[in-house]
Amino acid sequence: MNRFFERRYVIAGIFITIVIILLARLFYMQVIDDRYAIYAGKNVLRQTIQYPARGPILDRNGKVLVLNEPFYDIVVEPRKVKPFDTLALCKLLGIDKAEFDKRWIKACKFGQTTASVFEKQLTPEVYAAVQERLSEFPGFSSITRYLRTYPDSVAAHFLGFIGEVKEPDIKRSNGYYHQGDFIGITGVEKSYETVLRGQRGVLNQMVDSRGRPKGKYANGLFDTAAVAGERLTSSLDINIQKLGEKLMQNKVGSIVAIEPSTGEILCYVSGPTYDPNLMVGRERGNNAAKMYNDVYNPFFIRPIQAKYPPGSSFKPLSALIGLQEGIITPQTTYYCPGYYQAGNRRVKCNNGESHGLVNLSSAVAESCNGYFMMVFEKIINRYGGKATEEEFNKWRDNVKKFGLGTRLDLDMPSESRGNVPTSLYYDNIYHKGGWRSSTVINVAFGQGELLATPLQMANLECTIANEGFYYKPHLIKAIGTHNVIKKEYAVRNYVGIDSQYFQPVINGMEAVVERGTAIRSKIPGIIMCGKTGTAQNTGGESHSVFVAFAPRENPKIAIAVIVENSGEGAHWAAPIASFIVEKYLKGTISQRESGITVEHFANANRLPDSALYYNKFRRKPVPADTAKKQKKDSLQKTQGLKTASGKGKKDTENKSQAAQLKTKKR
Amino acid sequence: MNNQRSFFFNVDWVTVFIYFALCVIGWFNIHSAVFDERHPSIIDGATNYGKQFTFIIVSVIVGGIILLLESRFITALAPIFYVGTLLLLLLVLVIGHRVGGNMAWINLGGGFRLQPAEFAKFSTCLILARYLSGPNIKVSEIKSFAIALAIIGVPMFLILLQPDMGSTLVFISLVFVLYREGLSPYFLIIGFLFIALFVSAILFSPLAVIGVIVAIVALIILLFRRNKRLVTTLLAGLAICVVFVLSVKFIYNSVLKPHQKVRIDIVLGIKSDLKGKGYNVNQSKIAIGSGKLWGKGYLHGTQTKYSFVPEQSTDFIFCTVGEEWGFAGSVTVIGLYLFLVLRIIMLAERQRSPFSRIYGYGVASVIFFHVMINVGMTIGIVPVIGIPLPFISYGGSSLISFTLLLFVLLKLDSNRMGIV
Repeated sequence: MNRFFERRYVIAGIFITIVIILLARLFYMQVIDDRYAIYAGKNVLRQTIQYPARGPILDRNGKVLVLNEPFYDIVVEPRKVKPFDTLALCKLLGIDKAEFDKRWIKACKFGQTTASVFEKQLTPEVYAAVQERLSEFPGFSSITRYLRTYPDSVAAHFLGFIGEVKEPDIKRSNGYYHQGDFIGITGVEKSYETVLRGQRGVLNQMVDSRGRPKGKYANGLFDTAAVAGERLTSSLDINIQKLGEKLMQNKVGSIVAIEPSTGEILCYVSGPTYDPNLMVGRERGNNAAKMYNDVYNPFFIRPIQAKYPPGSSFKPLSALIGLQEGIITPQTTYYCPGYYQAGNRRVKCNNGESHGLVNLSSAVAESCNGYFMMVFEKIINRYGGKATEEEFNKWRDNVKKFGLGTRLDLDMPSESRGNVPTSLYYDNIYHKGGWRSSTVINVAFGQGELLATPLQMANLECTIANEGFYYKPHLIKAIGTHNVIKKEYAVRNYVGIDSQYFQPVINGMEAVVERGTAIRSKIPGIIMCGKTGTAQNTGGESHSVFVAFAPRENPKIAIAVIVENSGEGAHWAAPIASFIVEKYLKGTISQRESGITVEHFANANRLPDSALYYNKFRRKPVPADTAKKQKKDSLQKTQGLKTASGKGKKDTENKSQAAQLKTKKR
Repeated sequence: MNNQRSFFFNVDWVTVFIYFALCVIGWFNIHSAVFDERHPSIIDGATNYGKQFTFIIVSVIVGGIILLLESRFITALAPIFYVGTLLLLLLVLVIGHRVGGNMAWINLGGGFRLQPAEFAKFSTCLILARYLSGPNIKVSEIKSFAIALAIIGVPMFLILLQPDMGSTLVFISLVFVLYREGLSPYFLIIGFLFIALFVSAILFSPLAVIGVIVAIVALIILLFRRNKRLVTTLLAGLAICVVFVLSVKFIYNSVLKPHQKVRIDIVLGIKSDLKGKGYNVNQSKIAIGSGKLWGKGYLHGTQTKYSFVPEQSTDFIFCTVGEEWGFAGSVTVIGLYLFLVLRIIMLAERQRSPFSRIYGYGVASVIFFHVMINVGMTIGIVPVIGIPLPFISYGGSSLISFTLLLFVLLKLDSNRMGIV
């Protein structure tokens, strides 16, 4: 019976062997191989980013320039949808049945159990109506999103706008940004992006196999809360900003006003401007396209990107360098015969009318080109003609100390440098040593190759108002609740001119407004020191330029105004500047002796001819088909010639004879 | 009184203890696997873990009743059980309830279902023991062997019609019983050989496999060329092997169902369709593998709880063990099974009556086969075959039939001094 007794060991042996195989495999999977633990984490973990609210931006007095307002997206989860009155929903959302079907199919494709956006960005008013009846439509729900809104629709160029992040930014951010995130694209939104965006939070959730949330991962140990972006307090004064934008309606140009004692920018207008609300919401794409196609380019940030010849507004600087270098004294006089003899060139002054005998102050007040050409030549030629280049470079260095030809490091992106020509530049045009002070004499009164941004011009006025130094201009004065500003904003930047030399120049500038070219813009009760400029530019009427600071004692505001293609500075720029200054200093605008009114200037249309403007500022791209057409035309012409030559030689001979006759007559 | 006392001490309490341990482990793991926040209590009747608690109680009562029965009664009833389950297996084909493609369940009402195949294992073990223990029955004789095969084959065939491949294959484990009772060891060897040939013929080109076999046979013949009988046997065997290998592709492509083919492909690493057919096994491996040495802790498994692993309370319950209790838990559970099976073999060997011994081997084989296939499938070394893990998987039919299987043996063992 028990013949096969020993077979129990064989069976037991087989069982034990199989168990060892199973355990060995389990040991490998559970203890040695780490892959499965990683897969398990990936399976179950879903990280949701918690978006913080973007920081609001205020004006210098705490008035809100931009804030976040709730908008509502209607989302749908197809699986939860039960039969409902589709027509009623269409009516509420303002869409038709075909559109409804289209979106419904899209949502179903997106996922049966995941919520996808059905209708975007309902305004609170529309949402109020929808929300009341939302319970009638099971499966539909709303999510709140925050969008930038601009209560006063001002300062678009200062604020900039945000938009969806692009691939290069995602790459550069080391994984901070993801597809679909928003980022500041221009203006303060860009330059203060890291402050405004706040800190994103992460919610680690566990999900089941269908992606349904199942609670916190590791009891929320790795979760971080979203921290709202910091509030920025800008240096802008919304009252004069609004006034400035009103005055610059239908004009191309710019206004920049700075507080000389701090470098805080008070007014930052670029004309034409746009309503920043246009760059938010559902119509954003269309609005942006329209503005991109606008001839006058509303996206161009003229205060820092446009470069103008400063014209006569450069003269005070010219005088200051002369004084500092000891070339002239305030008492130095010059007789202006209506022109200036520079070498063998005769440069007109005051349209050929004589200024008579002028000294420094009256030269500034009466804007005598001749006086400043005289100063310039004296500086450049003081060691004879051979030192022209060396002396020009010295002069250039002195000019650059005022912040011309360099970036002022404004806390905004895309600032332009302007231009102060180098000696190398002239060497390239003429040969080395082939140019003299008389060749480049135009820079003496702010013309020629000299170019400055409106910001640089306003900063120049700050320097004069401060008698020799400026603070770096900036647009943000406080971040968050603490008034933290960058250390560099408290540093005085000296321009290398002793303060004693400023009074004669300022006297001249006072005279400009009190009894000189800008007398129409005189503000009752305030002594404004200014300088008009008429910046000639190739192709088009001169730009109207006015720079000023006020009041004379203890200056509170320095300003530069440019109205493009509007002629003399006194006619357009100076009155506009005077309104801004008065509004800032007094809070109201009083009746003027000259009778000028804000309304008149606000309503005036000074837009340059659009065709001219287009040609000047934008190179018109040649459409592909016209290029072909031209080629075709030229082909036809050559063919025409051939056929013409076939017709008869006589005909062409006659024509050439006629042409010869014509040239002879000339 | 004295008789009662001796009965009490005669029951093998070690086995009973292991049985309880496994039941409780199962119950807790089901609780974790299908944990429902609305019904957190482990005895909440609305949930599967609550139901499993009921099943355990019923099983204990069933086990108690069996221990109180007369042993003779069990032997006598063996044919009736067998015929009864065969009838149920026929019945299920007619009025059965289809779940997951298998016509395997009979609805009992009240949310309970009966799976006759589970009971067929018990009754087949019983009747096999009864037949083989009969006088003048020798497995080595062709007639007895044929009848034994028929006893096993009939329920297999009926279950295959459902078609429940997993339960069908369980009956193959009874080959160990036949082996213990005198079946030639060649059957085991040839069995393993054919499995090896099947696998290698799928993995490699059939011609290469044939080449290797021919080379091995040629070598053996070269060494033992004097032994004419061996040479002829080997040559005959070689011929059969070659035919088998050549027909593997045909069996594989035509006889097996597509899903079975895919499951084999996945185990052999030919295919890795992680999102489709291979999803279950992949997720199951992730669950077990992520348990590491000590596991994620009770109710803290994520893969099983959040239904990444399908069938997490029944066929894939071992995932929860592996994920929440780690390698330590896996070793404990598999160790308990091995101990149980070896204990059963020990019990079987100490029986005086051949009936009890043969039955005991049947119990050990069936339980071990379940464990091997089930655990092997969850860790991806055996194709997915839907059979439960004894005492641990959720399910009344399974638990009660295994309890029957085990407690009948315990009853027979407690009575081993008596004459059956």
